[in-house]
Amino acid sequence: MNKSSSLLKDKADISFLGFLLTFTLLLSLGNAFAVEGSAFHFTSFTLSVWGKYLCYAVLAISLNMLWGYTGLLCLGQCLFFALGGYAFGMYLMLNIGVDSVYKTALPDFMDFMGKTSLPAFWEPFHNPIFAILAALVVPGIVGFTFGLLAFRSRIKGVYFSILTQALTYASLLLFTRNESGFGGDNGFTNFKVILGADMNAESTARGLFIASAILLALVYCFIAWLLRTKFGKVQQAIRDSENRVRFSGYSTTHFKVFIFTVSAMIAGAAGALYVPQAGIINPSLMKTSMGLDIVVWVALGGRGSKIGPVIGAILVNFIKSWASREYPDHWILILGIIFILVVLFMPNGIVGLWNQLKDKIKSSKKASSEAALANS
Amino acid sequence: MNHTFLIFARVRKTLQYLLIAILLQLSITTQIHAEVKDTESRQLLIKLITGGKEAEEETLEALSNQSDKIIEDVVAAWRVGKISTTPNPDGSGDIVLLETDDRSYINLLSGEKITPSGDVKKNRASRGLRKKLKRIVTLLKLNSPDLKERIASAEKLGLSQNPEYLEILEEKYAQQTEQKAKDAFLFSLSISKLANGTDEQVLSAVNSLGELKNYAARDFLIKTQTKYTEQGDAPEILTAIDTAIDKIDQHQKFVDWVGALVRGLSTGAILLLVAYGLSITFGQMGVINMAHGEFIALGAYTTYEIQNFFADKYGEASSTFGWYFVIALPCAFLASAIAGAILEKGLIQFLYKRPLESLLATWGVSMVMKELFKKKFGAANVSVSSPEWLAGSYELMGVSMSYNRLLIIFAAILLIFVTWLLMNKTNWGLHVRATMQNRQMASSLGVPSGKVNMLTFAFGSGLAGLAGAFVSQIGNVGPLTGETYIVDSFMVVVCGGVGNLFGTALSAFGIGILDKLLEPAIGSVLGKVSVLLLIIVFLQFKPGGLFPSKSRNLED
Repeated sequence: MNKSSSLLKDKADISFLGFLLTFTLLLSLGNAFAVEGSAFHFTSFTLSVWGKYLCYAVLAISLNMLWGYTGLLCLGQCLFFALGGYAFGMYLMLNIGVDSVYKTALPDFMDFMGKTSLPAFWEPFHNPIFAILAALVVPGIVGFTFGLLAFRSRIKGVYFSILTQALTYASLLLFTRNESGFGGDNGFTNFKVILGADMNAESTARGLFIASAILLALVYCFIAWLLRTKFGKVQQAIRDSENRVRFSGYSTTHFKVFIFTVSAMIAGAAGALYVPQAGIINPSLMKTSMGLDIVVWVALGGRGSKIGPVIGAILVNFIKSWASREYPDHWILILGIIFILVVLFMPNGIVGLWNQLKDKIKSSKKASSEAALANS
Repeated sequence: MNHTFLIFARVRKTLQYLLIAILLQLSITTQIHAEVKDTESRQLLIKLITGGKEAEEETLEALSNQSDKIIEDVVAAWRVGKISTTPNPDGSGDIVLLETDDRSYINLLSGEKITPSGDVKKNRASRGLRKKLKRIVTLLKLNSPDLKERIASAEKLGLSQNPEYLEILEEKYAQQTEQKAKDAFLFSLSISKLANGTDEQVLSAVNSLGELKNYAARDFLIKTQTKYTEQGDAPEILTAIDTAIDKIDQHQKFVDWVGALVRGLSTGAILLLVAYGLSITFGQMGVINMAHGEFIALGAYTTYEIQNFFADKYGEASSTFGWYFVIALPCAFLASAIAGAILEKGLIQFLYKRPLESLLATWGVSMVMKELFKKKFGAANVSVSSPEWLAGSYELMGVSMSYNRLLIIFAAILLIFVTWLLMNKTNWGLHVRATMQNRQMASSLGVPSGKVNMLTFAFGSGLAGLAGAFVSQIGNVGPLTGETYIVDSFMVVVCGGVGNLFGTALSAFGIGILDKLLEPAIGSVLGKVSVLLLIIVFLQFKPGGLFPSKSRNLED
């Protein structure tokens, strides 16, 4: 993973990747070789949980690319995540084999709907490579189309956010419909085989976890590289003052459409890896609240920083699963209050906390020295 | 600033008085109906029972023009031998007794209980008389003074296509004066003629049915069509039937369309109610309040609480209980307005310069509020029952509208008007508009912008609470009530042009009607999806909504 470090001159990048590598090795080696019950043994459940967190981190990075670096707050990033998940989920569904209730090779919800043959657009999903490509391309196409429509007519700011939310809501309604052919409310679940491997095997969980870590590393490197190119500079300039960029002769629309598409594809990839680890995908991923949750991860970690969204996504989800275990009655309340406090007092998130404190100390020092001067 | 609220309170008061007046009116009319006497019918019946054969014909004739329920009851009692006579103690003929289930007697003339002093003789009607009486009972309701009852009875007789009733229908048809009754009798008559009339009569019946355009006639016409096609001897009737069916179908299409339009208006009114508060907080103030939906839920829960309070204090069956809704409206407004004021003072005032972050913070608030609702009221929906005076429905051109929905449409229109008054005709409105255009400039000109901000936000939130009270009458009330409306509300505001209240109103009704027009064709979910997509496409051409705010500022 560290081979790409020639690209990375930043120390923080290298230490992040180093940490990720160590963490991945620790967990997967511990899972494979450590004796069960020892402190270094990690169950495949733990691995799946952390694998999911890493997918969330990738999702948060894709949103940060939009919001943190381009100034586009997308409330529908979960839609692309879900689309990627559904695309790969279709492959997994077709590999379940004959189900016990209906005794057919069709996915059981199709039997339930009274279908006797597979719809034509499901056919190619027997092929895993096609499914993986679809998990990238479908969100990409949706993102491209929507982005083109929205940016061409110069919809921006809050309006853009609300439209993405509406698009996500429309998709939620569509996928919840049984007739749409995606399993309705229940979605896809009960996966058995992935790429020829048993879904319940420990090695599969390990493999998926490592794949998630690799995806995170790749996406991180990609963002780090992109930010340093001229493209990345234009991207950040659009965030800071779009009109100036446009008057300097750049077509900001094209830039934004491109970034939106790429971000959608990254989210799709994260979704595709998320589904086999979560073991289920259903329309609840497209809920309004999910779209806002992702925004909260990024805001909490620190938007506009490379590592912030990763920290935010992992931390929030960690707190979520911890608090829902320890305080099942109060955890949403706790989470809500944390959000409010973060927005009020930590405008730059956790990553910005250090600088914020430094500024505060500096200004108070300055104030006291000024006061001392005035007194003397 | 206070007098603006006074105006608002006064309008509300007037509205309440209006409602009270309407209710009183209703109760008076029902009382009058209850006091209508059926003495004449009773006297005729007594004459029939005690009198001899000679007066029978005449009495029956008179009786057939009455419509009281007592006739039906007495005839039924007579058939099972529960009518008796006893000599009147003062010697002036017999008293007619009606035996009740517990074997006591009632004086038919007065309707009071009586203990007979002399012999009680059972009275039985002759067979011929019974038959005639049965017919009178069947046709009883044709004379009913109540229009609805009369029409229902005529239609029942007509749709049976029994040749027996043809004559009497014809006779009664000639007596009708109201247009509605005339139409209904003509309809019944024509349906009956289709089966029983001569060819000429059938032809005229078909023509009248075509004119009446009642959808219920369609099946009968098709039946007649098959009959005549088999006979093949009356081509002019067949063509007449074709035209008639065509007319009926045309009319039905029109009715469906009107129905969709009216339902759309009502959906639009709901959208308007839930979006109007948002149009003020988001459109005018630029604050993205994700907790707006929870303010709607707060209003709905306030209504629920007040309903419970009334049910505890007065009982659910009492007439006072129906009044809870009138009290709930201002309470729901106040509850949400106070919550809004607290939110503005505690959180939003620090975030005016960071609109996207106000979105996040209010999202946190929304989570907390949802959780608190769950703790207080449970995760399941609670039931809010409509007061009785809102339970009925009103029929217009074959489209029935529940009073609930009519009230919501009315409230929506009133809301547009009142808000317009507040915004454009009061000092406070002037301050609001000034602050929204340029916060700093307004405050340097002496507008107390902090206070204006708080009150505006409270007003917008209060409107959400008001919407919640109305929504509680037609939808679910639960912790997730707000979530249902939030996406729609934002779409309405964006589509109408942010900052333009009139645009919000127009887009709410537009979206509502579009939704309901699409619904019959492609189903409700796909309809909704298409509406959302259509809005996205619409914003292609009008990125600022229906009425974009005009500005020369590049960054706006």
